[in-house]
Amino acid sequence: MGEALKRVTSTPTDAATNDAGPAIDTVVLAVPSMHCGLCIAHVERSLQELPGVLDARANLSTRRVRITYERGRVEPDDFKTALDKRGFETTELGDASEPAHAAEARDLLQRLAVAGFAAMNVMLLSVSVWSGGASGDMDHAMRTLFHWLSAGIALPAVAYAGQPFFRSAARGLRARQLNMDVPISLGVILATGMSLIQTIRGQEHVFFDAAVMLLAFLLLGRYLDQTMRTRAAGAAANLLRVRAPTATLIALDGTTTRVPVEALGAGQCVIVAAGERQPADGIVVSGTSAADESVLTGETLPRTLTPGTAVHAGTINLLAPLTVRVTAPHDKSLIAEIAQLMTAAEQHRGHYVRLADRAAKLYAPAVHVLGFLTLSGWLLAGQGWEQALLAAIAVLIITCPCALALAVPAVQVAASSRLFENGVLVKAPDGLERLAEIDTVVFDKTGTLTMGEPQLVNSGEISDDDLALAASLAQQSRHPYSRAIVAAAKARGLSVPARHRVVEQPGLGLEDIHDERRVRLGSRAWTGGPDSSAAGQDTAVWLAEGDRRPVLFRFEDALRPDARETVARLRQAGFAVELLSGDREEAVARAADATGIRAAYSARDPAQKIAHLEDLKSAGRKALMVGDGLNDAPALAAAHASLSPATAADISQTASDAVFQTRSVAAVTDLLATSRAAQRLAVQNFWIAIVYNLLFVPLAMAGLVTPLIAALAMSFSSITVVANALRLKKRNLRLEK
Amino acid sequence: MTSLAWLIPAALFLGGLGLAAFMWSLKSRQFEDLDGAAWRALDDAPPRERSTVRAADRTS
Repeated sequence: MGEALKRVTSTPTDAATNDAGPAIDTVVLAVPSMHCGLCIAHVERSLQELPGVLDARANLSTRRVRITYERGRVEPDDFKTALDKRGFETTELGDASEPAHAAEARDLLQRLAVAGFAAMNVMLLSVSVWSGGASGDMDHAMRTLFHWLSAGIALPAVAYAGQPFFRSAARGLRARQLNMDVPISLGVILATGMSLIQTIRGQEHVFFDAAVMLLAFLLLGRYLDQTMRTRAAGAAANLLRVRAPTATLIALDGTTTRVPVEALGAGQCVIVAAGERQPADGIVVSGTSAADESVLTGETLPRTLTPGTAVHAGTINLLAPLTVRVTAPHDKSLIAEIAQLMTAAEQHRGHYVRLADRAAKLYAPAVHVLGFLTLSGWLLAGQGWEQALLAAIAVLIITCPCALALAVPAVQVAASSRLFENGVLVKAPDGLERLAEIDTVVFDKTGTLTMGEPQLVNSGEISDDDLALAASLAQQSRHPYSRAIVAAAKARGLSVPARHRVVEQPGLGLEDIHDERRVRLGSRAWTGGPDSSAAGQDTAVWLAEGDRRPVLFRFEDALRPDARETVARLRQAGFAVELLSGDREEAVARAADATGIRAAYSARDPAQKIAHLEDLKSAGRKALMVGDGLNDAPALAAAHASLSPATAADISQTASDAVFQTRSVAAVTDLLATSRAAQRLAVQNFWIAIVYNLLFVPLAMAGLVTPLIAALAMSFSSITVVANALRLKKRNLRLEK
Repeated sequence: MTSLAWLIPAALFLGGLGLAAFMWSLKSRQFEDLDGAAWRALDDAPPRERSTVRAADRTS
């Protein structure tokens, strides 16, 4: 597996790479279960003990560890083994370089620091000028000196801190669009330029303080927005599990080699070990086993594999090694087709226009028109161009969307940190806004409403001895039923004796052949269970010991805790709830019945799921798709908004807007309630900003706004908006439509 | 009023010092792991040897 890992080779400044010395590499591993100081110490020490490891540094905030090592002496696989031994599960993140958004967030913080420093110092000077002007004991020369000092601080600060806005405005103008950054840039540049001229001419009013403070507030909004995205994206990347990137290929001469899955072609034969994912679509040539295909079909029951049966890439080979002949190259496999379907669905969904952008569309032209009207009004009134320009600049500064720029990010940061604490990660930047518009919730069944793993349901009918006996066989197997039996025995607190000679017969069951009395756990025919169709043959196994009457174990894919309650609460709040599954009709009907969902659709393949969501869309409904399987991924991409559990397939997590890490499906109501509250607060914030504008724009147009009034108006509107957003963290939210 | 001649430069210098300190801490990645730093203070183990630290620094 080591050869498939992407590594970042050290910089060429390191002399060792050029000479004969060892090459130094860096690799980053995600360690999601690291959560305290002791974990840091364990992780770092167990890695540093390995020969060839130069440094291991754990980051608790991102749950990642960065390892620097000498290539050749130690391989990334060794790190995983070392951490596995200590009980830490790891995920290879491949690229060790810093993600682009993290670098951008740091850049914004740096500019924010400069703008903040400049704003504080210019304000210090401005306050002196204002109070000196009010009391009348500051002479003209002193005021001009203070203005020059302000200019000296503000000009470099604006040039540096304003760059993100200037660049974005330039991009917007080149695309012939008026984005929010155009009036911002215009306001800041005009205010600074005009103030410089005023300073040179020794005039009274300069707006340096307004210009830098504006930048500081705006950068704060940008920074909040960016950190939220970085955190969500990083946490989401940690959750993704590794796929099978390589396969064991049998060469013509009978030897085996590991090759990347992309290199496999039709007709080649591969060996798939027990527990491995199938590397490609193919046909079983030899071996008998069972396949966990839940990722593709949503069906939890394993399918028996015998020579001649078809297997699909991505499914798990549960029991025994298989030889598989590849029938389709990597890019033609069923998984690849689903991925293509997903991309198409995503494009079809189209671009969502965010609230702030919609506001900017109305706001930006209005600001420019107001500024222009002020300028021409004063010119027509016969005043000089200087007076007219000053009034127009005051309008631009007052209307500058400071509060508007903070209105949405402040709310979204409050909302997503609230959700984060409850185990829900919002990944998509516009996810919360789309979630707030949802009126229909469509659930997948397996792995979403249910846990996705079978559980023993008739444990009341089974004695402790029988359960312990069954568990002693079952602990040797990976079959989902075996795991369910062991879990049930553990839940009862039974001590399970160890057995060393258990044989697993694929498709039949488990057997201890060396016991004097034959013990078998498996299918009805194999164990000699009584012939009764009522038992539900494919969801049951039998335990046979000697001549005793076989004992029945029945399984069901259990519902997630409070699935029923969640559905009831959604319906009570006025949401339409539907069940859309790839599973068999009776299983879907049972789950629908248990949760109280009336609209249930079964046996839908990925394309049919998309079609169903398209139907909802054309009926004017905005659907939230909640699903986990690979077969749900296209539907997740096609829905208005989407949510998946952290246990979902990689591709589904990538496709969805949010991921929940809790066992309970109540995350859905939580998410909907929070996103709705966030949307309400964001709209409220817009109104606050507009009211401020309505109060101050007439003053500015009349030329009555002094730098003092501009500064006060700006700070108060920004602080009000942020304080309003913070209410979201405290409140007890109720879901209502 | 002559006090202003040195008060203002002093204020700017001190503010600039704070800004420089912040920039330095940002550049040396001290804001990357705020949770971990709190725990590391409790670690009793002796610090790592200097040579390994230096080797790591070269590559980052």
